[in-house]
Amino acid sequence: MPTPLVVSDVAKSFTMHLRDGIKLPVVAGVSFSIKASECTVLGGPSGAGKSSILKMLYGNYAVDEGQIIVRHEDGLIDLANASPRTVLAVRRQTIGYVSQFLRTVPRVSALDVVAEPLVERGEEREVARGKARALLSQLNLPERLWALPPATFSGGEQQRVNIARGFITEHPILLLDEPTASLDAANRDVVIELIAAKKAAGVALLGIFHDHDVREAVADRIIDVTAFAPGKLAA
Amino acid sequence: MTDEPLLRVSALSKFYGSRVGCDNVSFDLWPGEVLAVVGESGSGKTTLLNCLSTRLLPSSGTASYRMRDGQFRELYRMSEAERRFLMRTDWGFVHQNPADGLRMTVSAGANVGERLMAVGDRHYGKIRATAVDWLSRVEIEQDRIDDEPRAFSGGMRQRLQIARNLVTGPRLVFMDEPTGGLDVSVQARLLDLLRGLVTDLGLAAIVVTHDLAVARLLSQRMMVMKDGRVVESGLTDRVLDDPRAPYTQLLVSSILQV
Repeated sequence: MPTPLVVSDVAKSFTMHLRDGIKLPVVAGVSFSIKASECTVLGGPSGAGKSSILKMLYGNYAVDEGQIIVRHEDGLIDLANASPRTVLAVRRQTIGYVSQFLRTVPRVSALDVVAEPLVERGEEREVARGKARALLSQLNLPERLWALPPATFSGGEQQRVNIARGFITEHPILLLDEPTASLDAANRDVVIELIAAKKAAGVALLGIFHDHDVREAVADRIIDVTAFAPGKLAA
Repeated sequence: MTDEPLLRVSALSKFYGSRVGCDNVSFDLWPGEVLAVVGESGSGKTTLLNCLSTRLLPSSGTASYRMRDGQFRELYRMSEAERRFLMRTDWGFVHQNPADGLRMTVSAGANVGERLMAVGDRHYGKIRATAVDWLSRVEIEQDRIDDEPRAFSGGMRQRLQIARNLVTGPRLVFMDEPTGGLDVSVQARLLDLLRGLVTDLGLAAIVVTHDLAVARLLSQRMMVMKDGRVVESGLTDRVLDDPRAPYTQLLVSSILQV
């Protein structure tokens, strides 16, 4: 099985132009790869740059230096230098992402929020809704909420909608940014099961999990992000 | 899925005497893509939109459009009649003020039907049926079809303008502050409607807005303009979550949180 994603020597900093151009280095020398059928976990304290790394892999943050090579449609693409159009194609077909918070759209029902990524990939709307129903019920989201827009849902309910939306597709790479942060124990177990199913299906997962039990249950490998602290490289 | 863009814009500039309207703007737009052009008033975004839609001729630069036969045509070399035909059939233009895009003294149904007649539809029953269908898609009750848009609220007028523009199945729609001047609740409904229509119809669109939330909701790509120049461009969420140019950082940091 070819390696789906290789990160090499990636560096990221923020330049705050409104604060006299202060430069905030986030990470440097980030190098690792992830494997199919494995869940790799980014470890380290808050502020170490874990979320920033995930966001760069998704094209949501720009990359200052280095390469992010992803296997996409039988070819290799460097996401660090890809055009917006290419990044969109990679998101549609290759890399899925479960963000920490759901960005809600007015008036769109929870069911359609979940079904949308499948519809975008060309699935029939009703088939997509069927899969969305199955996932939402697996995640114990009460059926009376499915037709409502998630804007007014509780944190845990929104997160389950977000998880369902991320897991509904068959992307070969899935990025998870603290998917279990506001879930109760029963629903955490459901997410652990969902991750196990993705692994069995050959998906390469890369996640951030602050919850110790979840991390123990899903991690095949832990990458310590403090090794990529910007100061370390100079030393 | 085609690998050719729908619109290719190269080094487009427009000067008003010595004043800069827009300066050296280049980009490609693909079918199904929504590009947001953001910036404050006077940044040149409306000048750019007017040049692209050939309502205004640029001082220099080129824009070529892929016609339905697959051939690229240079927009500023077409005859006036050809451009007008494109505008009536393959393009749409949604104005900020619906009164600029509607005929206020003919019925809602006629506003929609008129565009159909422009592309050669002559059968009254069919035109009316299509008009009814489009009014319902933009959530206007069927019993309002014979009313004049003068009798409509601002939000309804804007939805009618959208129906009028989309009824001919255009491939490219220009929008100038489509939600400007509407109440927030009306705005949300309109945005949701636009978002759905753009996805369902696979439209390409260029949306000029000063509202970054509108840009985030509608577009995949974004260009930030200041003083007539593009200061930053890229994926919409990248530009908004990791703004690089000083001016974009200022814009993003100025958004009020609710």
